[in-house]
Amino acid sequence: MEKFLTVTSRPAPLDSSNVDTDQIIPKQFLKRIERTGFGEFLFFDWRFNDDGSLNDKFILNDERFKDSEILLSQENFGCGSSREHAPWALRDYGFKVIISTSFADILFNNCFKNCILPITVSEKDLNYLFKSTLELEDYQLSVDLENMLLKDNKNFSSELTVDPYRRKCLLEGLDDIALTLIHEEKVTAYEANLP
Amino acid sequence: MRPKTLFDKIWDKHIVHEEEGKPTLLYIDLHLVHEVTSPQAFEGLRVSGRKVRRTDKTFATMDHNVPTIDRNNIKDPISAQQIKTLENNCKEFGVELFDLSSPYQGIVHVIGPEQGLTRPGSTIVCGDSHTSTHGAFGALAFGIGTSEVEHVMSTQCLWQNKPKTFEVRVDGKRPKGVTAKDIILSIIGEIGTAGATGYVIEYTGEAIRALSMEQRMTICNMSIEAGARAGMISPDETTMEYLKDKPRIKSLDNLDSLMKEWRSLASDNESAFDKTLVLDAAKIAPQVSWGTSPGMVTGINDRVPNPKDFKDPIKRKSVEDALQYMGLEPDTLIQDIKINTVFIGSCTNGRIEDLVAASKVIEGSKVASNIRAIVVPGSQVVKYQAEKLGIDKIFKESGFEWRDSGCSMCLAMNPDKLSPGERAASTSNRNFEGRQGKGGRTHLVSPTMAAAAAITGRFTDIRTYDIDLGEY
Repeated sequence: MEKFLTVTSRPAPLDSSNVDTDQIIPKQFLKRIERTGFGEFLFFDWRFNDDGSLNDKFILNDERFKDSEILLSQENFGCGSSREHAPWALRDYGFKVIISTSFADILFNNCFKNCILPITVSEKDLNYLFKSTLELEDYQLSVDLENMLLKDNKNFSSELTVDPYRRKCLLEGLDDIALTLIHEEKVTAYEANLP
Repeated sequence: MRPKTLFDKIWDKHIVHEEEGKPTLLYIDLHLVHEVTSPQAFEGLRVSGRKVRRTDKTFATMDHNVPTIDRNNIKDPISAQQIKTLENNCKEFGVELFDLSSPYQGIVHVIGPEQGLTRPGSTIVCGDSHTSTHGAFGALAFGIGTSEVEHVMSTQCLWQNKPKTFEVRVDGKRPKGVTAKDIILSIIGEIGTAGATGYVIEYTGEAIRALSMEQRMTICNMSIEAGARAGMISPDETTMEYLKDKPRIKSLDNLDSLMKEWRSLASDNESAFDKTLVLDAAKIAPQVSWGTSPGMVTGINDRVPNPKDFKDPIKRKSVEDALQYMGLEPDTLIQDIKINTVFIGSCTNGRIEDLVAASKVIEGSKVASNIRAIVVPGSQVVKYQAEKLGIDKIFKESGFEWRDSGCSMCLAMNPDKLSPGERAASTSNRNFEGRQGKGGRTHLVSPTMAAAAAITGRFTDIRTYDIDLGEY
């Protein structure tokens, strides 16, 4: 897996709660058998009108947030199915960080497997981030996983809370399967005791 | 000794490796595979030259994409390719596959229990969030992403952070007409779609104990809709009775000793849980969802909520958005909502008891004009059981379409879908925007409520029907 580096960007404010995986990547795109190329279908039903043109009202189509690498969303981001196509689409589109007050379990887990850092912040901080990125033209937010810091180009700074093991895996780009194979003897021993 | 929950007992028994500050490496007893979330995992194995470590613990089926009419002629070339890819992968890696020609093919969470693959005390994973269904047997079962599918294929293990335990106790007796689906929908309505995030739920109490295995599966199935990592129910005599004659269990030499072990898995007592919620089954009414999240649900005699009654601006906005998408006015009576599609099926409610109960509601009646109603059995075995009982005829005579098995309109990856603006009474598990087709509007209900809606064309209180639904 690639290594997670520091990300600095103007965050895209997606003001919806319970954003589910069916919105992140609708079912018709789950038929592909590759891991790549899902970015163009991200939030498909929200990003595009029925005739295929861009939906100007959707926040990701706003010029100010077009190149954003950080996504803000309201509570319970990524609920629904286990499809890893959701983080594949988010990452392929360009998002490296997602910030919310809470995440659904499976998506949260799947993000770490795809070099995306999901960050949980307080409601107060999230409100501040939404307001700042919407109102301040020069707004930039930085995510520094090495130093565990979330910081903007104004006066906001907050310590990141990330599981230390997951942090290490992201920073070093570690592959889970390789890590497990270190313990293969234990797996074999466990299996020897199975009825 | 500290009392242990069912979850604790299973967790402890499956630890392969643990160390301070890291997730635990857990052994996986059963890996179920389907066509949508596996191709990239098999490809990963190929690229790295790895094998499926335990082909005896890995089983595959095709369910998400399959057509329910003329199933051997898949018209969508991309769906056909995904199906073909699974066939090729299973052949190449030596994985047993229940394919479209198998009499045992069906939705992965229906066939696992049906074939006796699902067993108490085991760890079960699948690249599908509704894997929680298998928890009904007292198994620790949960959905995983494709990277983890590949991980389990190659190591038969998974790294897991230990979740906390949440007891949801449902005391008392269900009123007539109130089903397992209504219990789980009202639980989700109560705790919210993130109410159990970070937890494994164990359902306990008199009302849960009284449920059949199929009804327990309906409950555990939707645990994910409350945000839970898994949902489970301690095994008891109902569990043993269901399992004893299942194909891959009945011939086991050590079945008696296995059953003794399974019985000992039940949680020691309530003090063992990290938190508990208590509900009274007697107070639950048949449920109908009105919004775009499974927590947006209310009783059949209630009204669609009014956004102005919500003080929290985030909640208010989500109610406004939901009503707009659903094309509903605030304060509309649920019983005044007219539908044009009925879907009976899915891993939540596509089993034989579901179909039998729905057939009793419609027997002798006709589906309302301009309503499209379809029944999709959860597996070919369920379809066969139903046809043996003659209930396919009841459905067909009343105007339902009788289909082959699959996930079908639950997620509309196959040709069964809603058109924009169409409104469905659906026995499935998710009412997300576009879930059943772009612009489609989903109302989640029980099979008997869906059947009644098919006849009257609107949501109707099943409790007013004078029919004997037995223990359903």
